[in-house]
Amino acid sequence: MARVEYVHELQELRDDVVAMASMTDKAIARSVDALKRQDVSLAREVMTADQYINNHRWQTEERALHLIATQAPMAGDLRTISAAIHITTDLERMADHAAGIAKIVIQTSNEPAIKPLVDIPRMCDIAREMLSASVSAYIDGNVEQAKAIALRDDEVDALNDQVYRELLTYMMADPLTINRATRLLWAAHNVERIADRVTNICEWVIFAVNGSLEEL
Amino acid sequence: MATATDEIHAPVTTPSDRAEPGSLGETIIDLKEVNVHYGSFHAVSGVNFKVPKNRITALIGPSGCGKSTVLRSINRMNDLVPGARVTGEINYHGVDLNSAKVDAVEVRRRIGMVFQKPNPFPKSIYENIAWGARINGIKGNMDERVERCLRGAALWDEVHDKLKESGLALSGGQQQRLCIARTLAINPDVILMDEPCSALDPISTLKIEDLMRELVRQYTIVIVTHNMQQAARVSDQTVFFSLNDKRQGVLVEAGPTREIFTKPRDQRTEDYITGRFG
Repeated sequence: MARVEYVHELQELRDDVVAMASMTDKAIARSVDALKRQDVSLAREVMTADQYINNHRWQTEERALHLIATQAPMAGDLRTISAAIHITTDLERMADHAAGIAKIVIQTSNEPAIKPLVDIPRMCDIAREMLSASVSAYIDGNVEQAKAIALRDDEVDALNDQVYRELLTYMMADPLTINRATRLLWAAHNVERIADRVTNICEWVIFAVNGSLEEL
Repeated sequence: MATATDEIHAPVTTPSDRAEPGSLGETIIDLKEVNVHYGSFHAVSGVNFKVPKNRITALIGPSGCGKSTVLRSINRMNDLVPGARVTGEINYHGVDLNSAKVDAVEVRRRIGMVFQKPNPFPKSIYENIAWGARINGIKGNMDERVERCLRGAALWDEVHDKLKESGLALSGGQQQRLCIARTLAINPDVILMDEPCSALDPISTLKIEDLMRELVRQYTIVIVTHNMQQAARVSDQTVFFSLNDKRQGVLVEAGPTREIFTKPRDQRTEDYITGRFG
């Protein structure tokens, strides 16, 4: 096979994306864990680690641009590289949402918990399952799996609605909970946006495989 | 009355201006079941594709797959190759160019050709253009025709003050543009280009590519190129040739350039344009 080094560089680009997905997944898990346990120290670690994820994004994009500039990729290779750029952007934004959740932990650290968190961690679990599956779909080039993953976003949306309704009742019952409840709504919104971003990743997986751009 | 100067200042179109994906427009040349034999050797087998009018069609593929052979078939240049036999139909404005009743010289006047190695006549720059027009019976103001053709080939500004100098004294890129101007002098309809830039430096290559995008507003262009990036840059339609297991040149896939280079339908096309071929 020709272009051995180029093929190797393409694989390294894919590996970069997988590595970044792993970093992002860890950030999401730790941020919601910090929220559950009101762990300010863990929250600060999540925010600090966000810069490494940002750096990784730039390195991955730079590798992709280098490939475009020097190797003139076409067809499937071009789509793979384009998808890698878009996916790393989505992963970086997902990590930003995790950092946003961590920031909420710090902002509400002086307030008592309204209730044990159940739905937001559940949303987080689903979003992380979606992320893991989307990475597998990316590695395997599995269009059907990508489409199936995107459907789970509805579960996250439904739980988000549930969180909203529940926190609304708390706020109506006790105005003193409004500040914390509002910030929990933002935290839930951040997780909901994480799941939306995974849907974007699934769209880019499909594009990389067959070149079609479709909204999932 | 429009002048030669007016043409040079008209807006330059780009491939995206001219061709919507999947819409290449009116067909000017239609190749049907074209086969080429050199003696007993079956070089090209069963080629079918359409050349759209006022578009650039690029023929790409590995060496020896029949691209230039197919190109030369379009203007009957294969008639000049001993033992060459072209079968099938090459329809141009409803006329089969491959028919024995068709005058090959007239075909080559209307379907001009630019070759890989610039080959200006050993004459002055002026005569390189005027001579062909004269022997084809074209009358009228020859000075104006020469200027128009040199402007059309984006060469006038560089040579207007030395038209009596030999065409052979020009640089390679200039010589190739002179050859294009020479082709324009006899009012062609279609311009065939057989790897027109492969002997040129990168800057000259880009100038020729810019020139192609200007010329295609008035002419139809078919280009053979080994440079895939060039095909991707300049063409509206790309036709990919390869060799079958009998070592015959075959057409694998033809389509809008944007689609061929982003999502080709055939794995052989994908393998070739991504460099996995071979």
